[in-house]
Amino acid sequence: MSTLKILVIDDEPGIRSGVSRILKNFRVDYPFMEEAFDFETHEASTGEAGIEIIEKNQPDIVLLDNKLPGIQGVEVLEYIRKKQLNIIVVMITSYASLELAVKVTSVGAYDFIPKPFTPQELKSSIENITKRLFLKKMTNKLQDTGKQIRFQFLSVLSHELKAPLNAIEGYLRMIKERQSGPMVESYDFAVDRMFERIKGMRTLILDLLDLTRVESGKGKRDIQEVNLLDIARTAIDTMRPYSIQRDISLNLNGVDPVKVNADPEEMEIIFNNLISNAIKYNKDGGSVNCTVRENEHCIEILVEDTGIGINQEDVNKIFEDFVRIKNEKTRNITGTGLGLAIVKKLVDNYHGKIEVTSQPDQGSKFSVRLPIDKPCL
Amino acid sequence: MDHHMTNRNKTILLVDDDQDYLFQMKTRLESFGFSTILAESQKEAEELIERSRPDLAILDLMMENEDSGFILCYKIKKKFPDLPIIIVTGVAAETGITFDINDENNRKWIKADRFLDKGIRTEKLKEEIDKLLLKK
Repeated sequence: MSTLKILVIDDEPGIRSGVSRILKNFRVDYPFMEEAFDFETHEASTGEAGIEIIEKNQPDIVLLDNKLPGIQGVEVLEYIRKKQLNIIVVMITSYASLELAVKVTSVGAYDFIPKPFTPQELKSSIENITKRLFLKKMTNKLQDTGKQIRFQFLSVLSHELKAPLNAIEGYLRMIKERQSGPMVESYDFAVDRMFERIKGMRTLILDLLDLTRVESGKGKRDIQEVNLLDIARTAIDTMRPYSIQRDISLNLNGVDPVKVNADPEEMEIIFNNLISNAIKYNKDGGSVNCTVRENEHCIEILVEDTGIGINQEDVNKIFEDFVRIKNEKTRNITGTGLGLAIVKKLVDNYHGKIEVTSQPDQGSKFSVRLPIDKPCL
Repeated sequence: MDHHMTNRNKTILLVDDDQDYLFQMKTRLESFGFSTILAESQKEAEELIERSRPDLAILDLMMENEDSGFILCYKIKKKFPDLPIIIVTGVAAETGITFDINDENNRKWIKADRFLDKGIRTEKLKEEIDKLLLKK
């Protein structure tokens, strides 16, 4: 339960006590709102007294009469506006003219309730305002979270980009200062490492391009009917050179055609990343089994490997940006940590699901489920 | 003063998940006359600290966690309060993140003795290390 503070500024005691009475047991509660709101009413009989209360104990909402003994309601409104206070103002007045309504709205009044008003009219207005305040609070929270996430992403990205540059600079300095003596061969190690780091940067740039493409959302998507088995075959052909190097067999299971409405390039990215991982994290002489099939309103893509597997505590982390599992087993495996993050974002865009099951040292199985027409479980 | 003589028995713990940075730092430090122990992750460093006590530690900030350096620093200082610790970061200049090290509150719990940029010049690095070791 949250409490909103309401200040009623009106020289008529009947109005003030009326508002207090009406709002005393009033609650605003909508299904979409996470919390319910009730109200605490404060009263002031003059504009000056009202301003004093605003300064000492700022309310969320002010009910303001225009005709007051000292300064007028409009001046209180102007005060609130000038100080840029976060208060919603509702004018209540007997002297309701179009001219006044326009004037106060232009100075920032949110609503106008002409007197005499019924309890229901007051409650409706307050209800409306409460919903608006709640939504505003949520929007601010989301924007802050958005900013925070972006900031985190940028700082990790900056680290990932800077690291290879620093490493290359360091080796160049070593060479320039002849730290290993006059023989060129002594620097072969440094040169090889620099080539490795440059290769890493290229991969990172390509992955970042994929990521921006995925996150920019609609844009240039080319949705068409595709046979996923064709795309799987292309991906496997692309990856075959790597698997041959380590004697890993690549197998595809499925009955043509397996159709889905999707952007073929995006589907290719999904297959490329899953199969590439299945090879990278595999054991020499192992195998990768890819299955594509229809199953209860869904398309299933399964990529299974006989590799080093994933520890239970790491299973949820691997889909996050830049996360790579670093331990003795993965020491020599290169990667940007973005592959699975990209796959997950793509799958989310299609309202699908991706899951992984794994046995350390035995292998992992990634399953992607994409809905055909109805949502699938 | 001959640094090689005074530094000969000093060991520096180097923690960074970038193998090239580790190799380059190790070479630099050994040229100053130090011995080095290397760790490639926060976890590895925690295990090393259980078994040995270096004279100084240089920690990377971001490893398996974004604040691995801070966590490690805290743990090392808990075990060896007098062990000087340098935290190095590669991101400060570009992103403008200073981790509020000038903020009073943060200084209290961060506890690292120095924050240095990874691109620091060799002579400056030597100076900073010598200053910290002399303090003991």
